[in-house]
Amino acid sequence: MNALSRCLCSYWSSSIGKKLVVALTGLALVLFLAGHLTGNLLVFVGQKAFNDYAELLHHALHGAGVWIARIGLLSCVTLHIVATIQLTRENKAARTPYAFDATIQAPKSSRIMIWSGLTILAFVIYHLLHFTVRAGNTYDTYVDAAHLANTGLTRHDAWKMVIDGFSVWYVVAFYVIAMTLLCSHLSHGVASMFQTLGLRSKKSRPMIAAISKGYALLIWLGFISIPLAILVFGFGK
Amino acid sequence: MSKQLNLTLKVWRQDSKESAGRIETYPANNIPEEASFLEMLDIVNEGLIVQGKEPIHFDHDCREGICGSCSLTINGIPHGKDRGVTTCQLHMRKFTNGDTIWIEPFRAKAFPIVRDLIVDRSAFDRIIASGGYIDVRTGSAVDANSLPIPKADADSAFDAAACIGCGACVASCKNASAMLFVSAKVSHLGHLPQGQPEREKRVLAMVRQMDAEGFGNCTNQYECEAACPKEISADHIARMNRDFAKAAAKEALV
Ligand code: SF4
Ligand code: FES
Repeated sequence: MNALSRCLCSYWSSSIGKKLVVALTGLALVLFLAGHLTGNLLVFVGQKAFNDYAELLHHALHGAGVWIARIGLLSCVTLHIVATIQLTRENKAARTPYAFDATIQAPKSSRIMIWSGLTILAFVIYHLLHFTVRAGNTYDTYVDAAHLANTGLTRHDAWKMVIDGFSVWYVVAFYVIAMTLLCSHLSHGVASMFQTLGLRSKKSRPMIAAISKGYALLIWLGFISIPLAILVFGFGK
Repeated sequence: MSKQLNLTLKVWRQDSKESAGRIETYPANNIPEEASFLEMLDIVNEGLIVQGKEPIHFDHDCREGICGSCSLTINGIPHGKDRGVTTCQLHMRKFTNGDTIWIEPFRAKAFPIVRDLIVDRSAFDRIIASGGYIDVRTGSAVDANSLPIPKADADSAFDAAACIGCGACVASCKNASAMLFVSAKVSHLGHLPQGQPEREKRVLAMVRQMDAEGFGNCTNQYECEAACPKEISADHIARMNRDFAKAAAKEALV
């Protein structure tokens, strides 16, 4: 075994090491969320800006960029989930239950991490089928008409896909529920990341708590603003 | 005559390690409110002995909050809901006449029940034996100020050293994790110059022993910190995480 695999094994086989994997993959996913949200908000700038952005993503590094990102994200998600499921099972095995169960200060969000996480996983699968694979809908056939008229080139109309996608109330309802659980997951997860990476101290404690809650709220508001603007306020129609 | 309380106790009784336990109900009458929680149990036990029944078994020793022997999870919270005290320092004036009090052992897979409310906490001893010490030549004590130590480090080491090894952190943790205890021991020695030579070896050995004992994994909920009678801060856990990450990388790569 070479040194690197020995190092990785010693992390994976220890409680703290496995948590480091959760924290680092969590960090990558947290940063991805910020990028994803920023791109999504271009919906409000307009059809051209949003479709330009979609085109850019799909053509970065001659189309390889999007696949590198997908593989990276998929590995992070997989490691994050495999590690947390293993840790949760060990935790359940270590705890013998009390007849009188009490909680002193652990917030609800910290106690439902595995369930908020698994719901988010179900949501991500649905979300990919909805907008990436575009299964069971006709979004694939949407052509950006303005772009065709200006340049003579055909490209996918991602903007219209978003508007139509979020015109269905139960789709929007599912998105809002999933984003609310994501907010709950992040409010505990972001702060935990600092703790597990050993970056929390007496002085940074309050700041980290604020960053964690603030980030969770920002992500929640940002992501739900799009479906709600479309469904409730008729944006884009 | 001082105020007296009449209470109902719901107590975990278990005859041996192997037998199944059960909750039993006992009246605790005429308890003076200045009695400590353990003295209240003494009174109940005297009554049981007079009736020819088996008294309730529980751990205790110093009865002044320094030895870490007493345990008891009282209404779901180790050492009761008062912050910063052990069960032996908890007084009955904190309860109200007519209360029902649930008394259970410090529960965790890694703390097997010996009898009733007594649990076997020797997993902690094995963790200490794995690295919670420094190797020094003993002899006459060195001059107290010969090693300069920054005040902040000395304070933090002292805070961590206040851990009495009671196990309330494990008992309160949703995952029965021993991270607060282990981090207190790691931090105590890791802050001081005498602890430096074995700092990496220590954190690796103690964390591995902790894992081997079957404690759970920390999920950063800080129930431990709230239950700890010595109010040890979970900041020590962050420090241990950092030390462990560095030491494990160095062990494998350097
Ligand atoms: S850290 Fe606190 S609760 Fe845990 S063993 Fe030490 S004194 Fe007891
Ligand atoms: S009996 Fe010693 S700490 Fe309670």
